[in-house]
Parts: sequence; C-alpha cells; structure tokens
Amino acid sequence: MESVIKTAFPFIVFSIAILLAFQGVLMIVAYTVLAERKVLGWIQGRIGPNRVGPWGVLQPFADLLKFIFKEDLVPDKSTKFVYFLAPIVALTCALLPIVVYPFGPVITTIDWSFLPYGLGDNIRQLPMTIAQIDVGVLFVLGITSVGVYGIALAGWSSNNKYSLMGGLRSSAQMISYELAMGASVIGVVMLAGTLDLNGIINAQINSPFKWFIIPQFIGFIVFLISAFAETNRVPFDLPEAETELVAGFHTEYSALKFALFFMAEYVNMFTVSVMVTVLFLGGWYVPGLGHLLEPGSVPYALVSHVAFIGKICAFLFLYIWIRGTLPRFRFDQLMNFGWKFLLPLALANVILTIIIVFFLNR
Amino acid sequence: MSEFSLLDYAPIGVMFLVAIGFAASQILVTQLIGPRKRTATKLMPYESGKDPVGSARDRFSIKFYTVAVIFLLFDIEVLFMIPFAVAFKELLAQEKISTIAFGTIAFVEIMIFISTLVVGYIYVWRKGTFEWGLQARAEARAEAKEMVKEKNRRIRETQRVA
Repeated sequence: MESVIKTAFPFIVFSIAILLAFQGVLMIVAYTVLAERKVLGWIQGRIGPNRVGPWGVLQPFADLLKFIFKEDLVPDKSTKFVYFLAPIVALTCALLPIVVYPFGPVITTIDWSFLPYGLGDNIRQLPMTIAQIDVGVLFVLGITSVGVYGIALAGWSSNNKYSLMGGLRSSAQMISYELAMGASVIGVVMLAGTLDLNGIINAQINSPFKWFIIPQFIGFIVFLISAFAETNRVPFDLPEAETELVAGFHTEYSALKFALFFMAEYVNMFTVSVMVTVLFLGGWYVPGLGHLLEPGSVPYALVSHVAFIGKICAFLFLYIWIRGTLPRFRFDQLMNFGWKFLLPLALANVILTIIIVFFLNR
Repeated sequence: MSEFSLLDYAPIGVMFLVAIGFAASQILVTQLIGPRKRTATKLMPYESGKDPVGSARDRFSIKFYTVAVIFLLFDIEVLFMIPFAVAFKELLAQEKISTIAFGTIAFVEIMIFISTLVVGYIYVWRKGTFEWGLQARAEARAEAKEMVKEKNRRIRETQRVA
C-alpha cells in the first residue's frame, strides 16, 4: 500500500496542478473575451455587455450556455471524421503548452515533513511549473505550430469554398510568420544559453536592465508582430476576414464546435503573451521584490505569480487595443510583409547577435 | 534538472488526455443537448444564401504549395541554429580555458551556414515565390486598359455622329 502511494504521489500532485492550471487558464480566457467586448465597446463609444450580472461579469457563462443549447450542424457534404477532429486538434494544441509555463519562482521554505508515509522527505522545493523540461521553448513553438492542422483540416473538411480559402490562407500565413517567430527566439536563446523557460527567466533576474527586451529589441518587435499573425488577430485576421470570407475556416461550425475554435484562438493569445513575457520581459521577476520579501518564500512566489499574470494581461490588453485601432491587411501585403520584411529583419537580428556575442565573450 | 528523466515529460501526457477529453466531451454535450431540426437547405454548404456552385474540392493556387515547401526548408534551417544558439556562450567560455578555438570554429561555421541560407533566400525571392497576385494584377491592368480604349472609341463615335 505504502509503495503504491509513493509511486502514485507525483502523478497525483501534477494531475491536481494540471487541473488547477487548466481551470485558471480557461477562466482567464473567458474573461479575456469579456474584456475584449468591454474595451472594444469603450473604444467605439459604446458600453459593451452589461446585462448579465453586475458590469456583465457573468457574460462568459451566459455565452457558454448559449453555445450548449445551439443546434450542432454537420453539413451534408463535409468529411465527417475530419470535420469533428479539427476543433479537437485546434484546442488540444492550444492547451498543451500550459504544462511548461513558469507560473512563478520555486518555493523552498515550506517544510514538507508533515506528509504521511514519509512522502515529503525528499522534497526540498516546490516549483511553480508543472513539467520542468529542458526544451520548453521548442516545446511551445512545436505544439502551437501543430495547431495549424486544426485550421487547415477545418477549412478542407467543411467542403465550403469560404472555409477552404480561409483554411489555406490561414495555413500560409501561420507558416510564413512562424519562420520569423522562430528566428527571433534564437537571439534570446543565445543570450540565455538554455531552452528551459525557467532558465531564460533566471538569466534575466536581478535587474530590469537585464530583461532581454533591451539587447533583443528587434527580436522583441519581430516576435510581437509574428505573434499577432500566428494567432490570426487583427491586423492579420485574413483567415476570418468577414467582408470577404464570411467567417473563414469556421464558417460551417456551430454550437460548441465553434466555441472550441474560439477558445483555441484565445488560449493561443494567452500562450504567445506568456512567451513574450518570459522571453523578453523577465517572466515573473519583479524588480526590487527580493529586498522586500525573502526569495523562495510563499509570499514572494505569490507576488511574483501575480506580476506574471499582470504582464500577460498587459499584452492581452495590447491585443484588444490594436484590434480596436487598426484595419486589416490585404493578403498580398501580408505575405510581402512576412517574407520580405520580417524574415530578413529576424535573420539580420540573429547575425548581429551572433557577432556581438562573439566579440563580447572572446 | 540536468539529469534526463522521462518522468519530467509525464505531465504532458496527462495534459494531453485532459485537453482531448475536454474537447471531445464538449462536442458530445452539444450533440446530445442541442436541438436537431435538419433540413436539406440547412445542411448545404453556406454560400451567402445561393445554391452552392460546383464543389469546394477544387484546385487552388500552387502558390500556397510553394510557400509550404519553402517554409519547410527555412524552418529546418532555423531549427539547426537553435542547438548552436544554446551552446554558443558555453563554447566561447571553453575557448578561454582550453587551447582549442571552439567558439571561433562555431562562429565561422554558423556564418557559412547562415550565408548559404541567405543565398537560398535571395534565390527564391528572385524566382518570384513571394510575389502574390502578380498575374491577377497584370490581368486587371490589361482589362482597365481595354475599358479605357473602349470608352475613347465610343466618345469618338459619338463626336463623329454629332
């Protein structure tokens, strides 16, 4: 019995952590949608949703109920299996990176010896990351790019011309900007010398001047722009350009299947915000907090965690702000911008970083 | 952290199951609870209210295909740079304490690697892979020219009649 518990213990712990993080991310996503509608309302001189609950705070749940009670259409000519698979692929790929997010610093001051069966004997620290893997950056980039399949399959399987065009455009756009994104990360990886997300944050702590946004400003700009394109957001929302493609790749999707795509888009926004924060803005690090609270203690971790979420929310706000401000690109402009401007800029940044690192460190 | 353990990757498997289970259960719920009133018109592909013309399983521009191929090439090259980027500082540090010029060799090699990439990039640019809608724009221009000609001809005709 005791040995079974000892073997199962880590699994139970990270399963609970996964459920918590999953729930937390979904809540943030739900309230991003509400915030988006509110902020867009204010930008356009409207009030935004305010009927469901005070200030409309229950709006996301009302939306969810509406999605559940809508008819789930399956078009006659669609390829059924792929048609059902596509939203699952899209959402799964969006949610998977949650496990490697560095939600906060390691907690080292709790004494775990109160746990029964001597479970706490070997625990020295409690990391606020679920899976501490060494290839965090590659994992996030890799998994999110599999998300293209969800969109491409949805576009193709619906057997609708708008969907097909939307899916094709979206795939072309996402792979084009993924190159620039991947290249802009290289500079950061070179400066940090690791692919581990916590390692990258640890390379940036002690001073806000160590944040990689300063030595890697070009990389930051390239990453931010490609992040907008990767998540199909305004001004790069060509796949769902309402004026020409109805709703793009999800034209034929209704009810909760549509909601899955919708959620996937917002979870992806969250993911790229996490990546921007971790790679360029020091992740959970708060300047000067180490003097006020003891690093490794619970309050330190909590404040850092809140700061991390705050930085992410600032980026989510930037998304909404830009959506309320900018018009949409034309498709050839989009491809030109990605291939002829952003990619060379990212490559130039890589070359420049290599040269500077080489001459500073030799 | 430095020791590799497959157990570090176990949460990814659990998350995978949770995510797939969540998505699949959503689809199941909406299938069970949502109303079902199917009509032939409702299940047609949506085409702005008209009856659909032809099929969507049609040919599309080869451009998308070439972009995908070029993406594959460049993405692999970018991926090759990542191990270099991780090790570069380490190699430079080792160069200082040993007699072998690890860092300099890596520097020269990556520069050769990137220059081949740049040559390939210039080649695809010159080949016109990144040009979108060139043909469409040329056709539109020719059509506009035709229209102007036609208009001028008509004006001349009316003047002659007058």
